[in-house]
Amino acid sequence: MSARRLRRLVGRAAFALLLAAIALYTLFPFYWAVVSSLKAGSALFTVEAFPARPAWDNYAAVFRDGPFARNILNSVVVAGSVVAISLALAVTAAFALGRVVFRGRGLMLSAILAVSMFPQVAVLAGLFELIRALGLYNSLGGLVLSYLIFTLPFTTWVLTTFMREMPLELEEAAVIDGATPWIVLTRIFLPLMGPAMVTTALLAFIAAWNEFLFALTFTLTDEMRTVPVAIALISGSSSFELPWGRIMAASVIVTVPLIALALVFQRRIVAGLTAGAVKG
Amino acid sequence: MVARARRGLSALALERRRAAWLFLLPMVVALLLVAGWPLARTIWLSFTDARLDDLAPPAFVGLLNYAFLAEDPEWWGAVRNTLVFAIVSVAIETVLGIVIALALDARMRGRGLMRAAMLVPWAIPTVVSAQMWGWMLHDQVGVVNEALLGLGLIAEPLAFTADPDLALWAVVAVDVWKTTPFMALLTLAALQLLPGELYEAAEIDGLGPVGRFFRITLPLIRPALMVAIIFRTLDALRVFDLMYVLTGGSAATASMSVYARRHLVEFQDVGYGSAAATGLFLVIAAATVLLVTLGRVRLGAGEPGR
Repeated sequence: MSARRLRRLVGRAAFALLLAAIALYTLFPFYWAVVSSLKAGSALFTVEAFPARPAWDNYAAVFRDGPFARNILNSVVVAGSVVAISLALAVTAAFALGRVVFRGRGLMLSAILAVSMFPQVAVLAGLFELIRALGLYNSLGGLVLSYLIFTLPFTTWVLTTFMREMPLELEEAAVIDGATPWIVLTRIFLPLMGPAMVTTALLAFIAAWNEFLFALTFTLTDEMRTVPVAIALISGSSSFELPWGRIMAASVIVTVPLIALALVFQRRIVAGLTAGAVKG
Repeated sequence: MVARARRGLSALALERRRAAWLFLLPMVVALLLVAGWPLARTIWLSFTDARLDDLAPPAFVGLLNYAFLAEDPEWWGAVRNTLVFAIVSVAIETVLGIVIALALDARMRGRGLMRAAMLVPWAIPTVVSAQMWGWMLHDQVGVVNEALLGLGLIAEPLAFTADPDLALWAVVAVDVWKTTPFMALLTLAALQLLPGELYEAAEIDGLGPVGRFFRITLPLIRPALMVAIIFRTLDALRVFDLMYVLTGGSAATASMSVYARRHLVEFQDVGYGSAAATGLFLVIAAATVLLVTLGRVRLGAGEPGR
């Protein structure tokens, strides 16, 4: 009897240890970035788990030494615009794909999924040409245009999954009353789609906020860069020693809002991720 | 009476179908503009000698770019790096993701907190995670070297991101950290859909926890898991940010995307870079067909209002 209790105790301790290891693994790198960002000067090169006197020099330097505030604004404008445009285009498409049975629907869904899996490099040359022809090189408009390639299929796909889950009875009565599909969409589905739209918008926003390849290629000057490009290209006075303190400070600044969003909308994000993938 | 009702319904259905196409039109036009047209142009440019710094109309050169590509050992190095990276990272992420999901599936206090912790690496931009790990893996003052030295596992600091033998594994490590939570959350969602009675029956049959996992859990979550694996693999095959930021796209780690962009943008050789990009596109298309066939995944559409 006591041997069994001992075994259960060891089992529980091992399980607690496993959970602690998982938490340490997922959280330590970000914790270390925060700690490092608060160390100024040579303190950075000491392995100290918690800075006794946190220094904010790195944070001041990030904003002083480059147009970082402008970069943040660029990211907000680009991600916000591309999400708004994608949602507007995707919501009608999702109604058609999720609620109407028509020939070619399966093919259309496969095509949308295929586009969302596109390697971005495969369209780089063609997009570069298009963006230059439209006079959008080194402008935020060019980024909004190019980001549609991944936000549009994604929002359409996820909204279609959410649309499909709405009960059939919802629209039956309205259809019998002679409502057009437009009325059914705008008066019945849209008011109910609120949470789904928020989830989808959030996931698309994070994807656009994190994008790197297009932002690196289609912008040229520091003022037009988005946050990921700005962080990737932070360089010090000498090419041999990177200003790690500043890089960590910039990383923390752009990550904290994202983590806050992710935590606030935790349940919705998980629902959205599974709608995008599991039920595919 | 019945006939009239049926005719009325089909007129209604016809109107719905017409509306459906109208509803789809703006999205389809936008996708053709930003995806279809540029892809077609890239493929066309791969058969030409187009250059970024030369505005003269490019000349058709046939398969010349592809012939050069096939002879470039650096391209084959990039193909190898990409495939090794994708296969190893996705394999580790899948196993680790399942382990974490099983741990989080247990009924316990603080499960919400653990799930929230999972979202942290997922929400961090790839560029930022590359920089964070670049700092942790620093060859002189990095915390990972300090820890390994302190534990006596290594005699002197390792240059994780510069040493050609280690750099690709450093990239894999960062990718595993960043995307395992995605796998874990998707697996957890699939686990939570499983009916509890199954396990009660298994317990009566005397299956141990390991047998229960391989005989019951794994087959049941396989469809969801396969979809997650396909998504992750296709995502890993187009990797760019990690190599570009963590190792500066060195030859030891350069992926196909890094290689294609370097020729396209830095060397301004649009024709050749497009050929490399088209090569990557073909590899991804082949991988998709292979995975969907092997995984017997049905990527179709269900009926509305299921």
